[in-house]
Amino acid sequence: MADTFYDVMRRQGISRRSFLKFCSLTATSLGLGPAFVPQIVHAMETKPRTPVIWLHGLECTCCTESFIRSAHPLVSDVVLSMISLDYDDTIMAAAGHQAEAILEQTIEKYDGQFVLACEGNPPLNEDGMYCFQGGIPYLEKLKKMADHAAHIIAWGSCASWGCVQAAKPNPTQAVPIHKVLNKPVIKVPGCPPIPEVMTGIVTYLLTFGLPELDRQGRPKMFYSQRIHDKCYRRPHFDAGQFVEKFDDEGARKGYCLYKVGCKGPTTYNACSTTRWNEAVSFPIGSGHGCIGCSEDAFWDKGSFYDRVTDIQPQIESTADRVGGTLAAVTGAAVVAHAAASAIKRARDTKGAKTTEKGGA
Amino acid sequence: MAAYVTQGFELDNSGKRVVVDPICRIEGHLRIEVNLDDRNVIRNAVSTGTMWRGLEVILKGRDPRDAWAFTERICGVCTGVHALASVRAVENALKIQIPNNANVIRNLMHATLYAQDHLVHFYHLHALDWVDVVSALSADPKKTSELAQSISSWPMSSPGYYRDLHSRLAKFVESGQLGPFSNAYWGNPAYKLPPEANLMAVGHYLQALDFQKEIVKIQTIFGGKNPHPNWMVGGMPCSINVNETGAVGAINMERLNQVSKIVDDTIAFIDNVYIPDLLAIASFYKTWTYGGGISSKSLLSYGDFPEIANDYSASSLAFPRGAVLNGDLSTIHEVDLDDESQIQEFVDHSWYTYAEAGKGLHPYNGETNPKFELGQGVKGTKTRIENLDESAKYSWVKAPRFKGSPMEVGPLARYVIGYLQGKPEFKEPVDKVLTDLGLPLEAIFTTLGRTAARGLECSWAAHKMRQYTDELIANIKAGDTACANVDMWEPSTWPKQARGHGFVEAPRGALGHWIVIENQKIANYQCIVPTTWNATPRDAQGQIGAYEAALMDTKMEVADQPLEILRTIHSFDPCLACATHVMSPEGKELTSVKVR
Repeated sequence: MADTFYDVMRRQGISRRSFLKFCSLTATSLGLGPAFVPQIVHAMETKPRTPVIWLHGLECTCCTESFIRSAHPLVSDVVLSMISLDYDDTIMAAAGHQAEAILEQTIEKYDGQFVLACEGNPPLNEDGMYCFQGGIPYLEKLKKMADHAAHIIAWGSCASWGCVQAAKPNPTQAVPIHKVLNKPVIKVPGCPPIPEVMTGIVTYLLTFGLPELDRQGRPKMFYSQRIHDKCYRRPHFDAGQFVEKFDDEGARKGYCLYKVGCKGPTTYNACSTTRWNEAVSFPIGSGHGCIGCSEDAFWDKGSFYDRVTDIQPQIESTADRVGGTLAAVTGAAVVAHAAASAIKRARDTKGAKTTEKGGA
Repeated sequence: MAAYVTQGFELDNSGKRVVVDPICRIEGHLRIEVNLDDRNVIRNAVSTGTMWRGLEVILKGRDPRDAWAFTERICGVCTGVHALASVRAVENALKIQIPNNANVIRNLMHATLYAQDHLVHFYHLHALDWVDVVSALSADPKKTSELAQSISSWPMSSPGYYRDLHSRLAKFVESGQLGPFSNAYWGNPAYKLPPEANLMAVGHYLQALDFQKEIVKIQTIFGGKNPHPNWMVGGMPCSINVNETGAVGAINMERLNQVSKIVDDTIAFIDNVYIPDLLAIASFYKTWTYGGGISSKSLLSYGDFPEIANDYSASSLAFPRGAVLNGDLSTIHEVDLDDESQIQEFVDHSWYTYAEAGKGLHPYNGETNPKFELGQGVKGTKTRIENLDESAKYSWVKAPRFKGSPMEVGPLARYVIGYLQGKPEFKEPVDKVLTDLGLPLEAIFTTLGRTAARGLECSWAAHKMRQYTDELIANIKAGDTACANVDMWEPSTWPKQARGHGFVEAPRGALGHWIVIENQKIANYQCIVPTTWNATPRDAQGQIGAYEAALMDTKMEVADQPLEILRTIHSFDPCLACATHVMSPEGKELTSVKVR
């Protein structure tokens, strides 16, 4: 089980020749000359697995559950061969003092060298005692470990944005971890994030180092395009073919779910391409609109069944440009329709907060 | 605290205080404190939920059709159970009837969760309380293979398989990087398995980890993803189309075939790996008879898996419904979630206050006013707690009671109630296990009994998955492809006021949601979840809950290694995010909606 990086690559069918090539590419990408290749080879073949400390604040553990669904790589390979998951209260054998001692040992032995993976977030109200572990506030534990970590990952929408416990009125004052840490955070949002995106980020860190992040701190490779951009139902959107009501004729034909509230047009995530659980499906593929779970404050943007009214006519690719004109016409029509119903809704609720404002 | 007697237990907190915080290998955050006498026997036990999130306040004023998504995020381990309870509550309130296919698909998704969740619990959250990973190093791979093949026909059991596993394990341990197995209790005398049984279990720990992700694909097919699949009020969003244009975008033959394959594989894994392992491990722990707690006295099950769509009466439910009180196993009490005298929540020892102190409130009238205050006897400070004071408030978990009694919920409760009702699908497997192990009926009222009931239930659920898959195909064949009833989808069709409840038997036990709808919005939402029942703190009478009672009188082999505590607490499969989800704005009293 204690395989080096090289062992794992070999078991996955990668030849020694490819491995050496990989090492020389790594040397080049790091701006190192060919002289450094043997050193990289040596390190990959012998270096200890990177310690990972996985903390849990206010959360529901869906991120851990998602992580263990990873198929490539298998989570058993990640945990036993690629990283050293030295602390994760959901799966670790020890408890109590023996568990907490591992945190101290990690700081002593791997100061500045371990990855801190954070699931959930800290509450600030009541001096942080809405979430305490070992008798002390989670906030304290989080800050302490962050001070000594090499990289910090925010798993899921709780750690990245706040998620459900931070939805209005956020009574515990739960905050995303970047608000309380003074170090860069790699945000991997989603409720939960896609299993292979999670293991993809971890293996990327081990293989290539820090991934390129967008302005909000999300890895560009998985979060730079909208669900809508790569949705297989997009042609139906462009053609104006919509599900009008759940289980209608359009639903049975797999038409676009825009009119029943799909948030795909405003949600940045990899669901429509990577898909879920070994690409078996994704929300739209099984007939329900995207609820936008990787977006900041998605809980407070109105009902999941309200139509999105703020589609950006942004064109990212030539493929988009092809269907662009048609999409613009259809889009304008549905937006106009949605706006009309929003006005009606606002009138019906007589001055109550409209759902578009959220929290209504 | 002076020693006192409650529910047949003598509580005495004069001995050495041992704290276990965090309890790992659970969902959420839990703290246990116990007092040991000079023989290292637990004489007092204190269960504390150490997190507070909740959703009830956040849900107020929102669209009832969205509630399933919010409540689903109460728990990502038993993912979907809150969503199911929520859509049932809204449908109950608005009197919405769901199509047969939606009922069958929900049953299938729910049974799928049972199979995956119980399997993961046994191997990844509970097994290390019984299995010594380091001892597995002394195992002979050939003998391990013989052992494995003597108890099951499961193919991955050759001497070669165990030789590879052994060398991988040896290399892992020699690396000095023990990962999740660091700092644990290896070598503790409470571990009783021979090295070969330990090595076999380690092999199945890894196989189960790889396999569990297959089971949930059924939820992905119908719900789009897992964890946190999609549901909807009025039915299910996954339309069925097996014949016509566009079938590739719906539930079609290929999807049904995939479901069917996963069902077969799931049954095979559970019946050929989980169940034989459970029996093999149990056979070495027959004399460890601790952990019964209140399981022979107070049990509750709401029942679940309606075999007839929209009929939630006991006769339609595949899971038993009823309650046992005061140790009287001859009487099964009726359960009514709308009866305000049956289910009530108390907060005398919880970090909340009620307008009327000491009163119990039915969920329709529930209040949630947080108040974090520590008792006089606490050692430490507000943000550095060494020992809690259980004579004061000491947990973020409320104290639910059924007719005034703390109750145990979960697989053991369901199996005992089903057994007492004489239902063969629950009675026969229990009798068979007891006969095979040579144990009397009383042996089920233990930690091990709880763990065994969960295993039997996992197998039951896997076979139910087959039944529901076949029913779905039969329905479609008969020409019924309806999946959702949207007649009352638009809020304008709803009455001005409505209220209802939705119940589910979650893997961890009885789960109830109560909703009050006014002017098309949520006016009040309350949940009482399984771990709230089991992890409950005391009440004004000093009655202890299922966790606390189950720890009583247990002898610890090594006082500072909490192996026995973990064993018993894990046998309940705690879920603390569920137990302590309730929320309200700080200090502000919440409106308690009184409908009557």
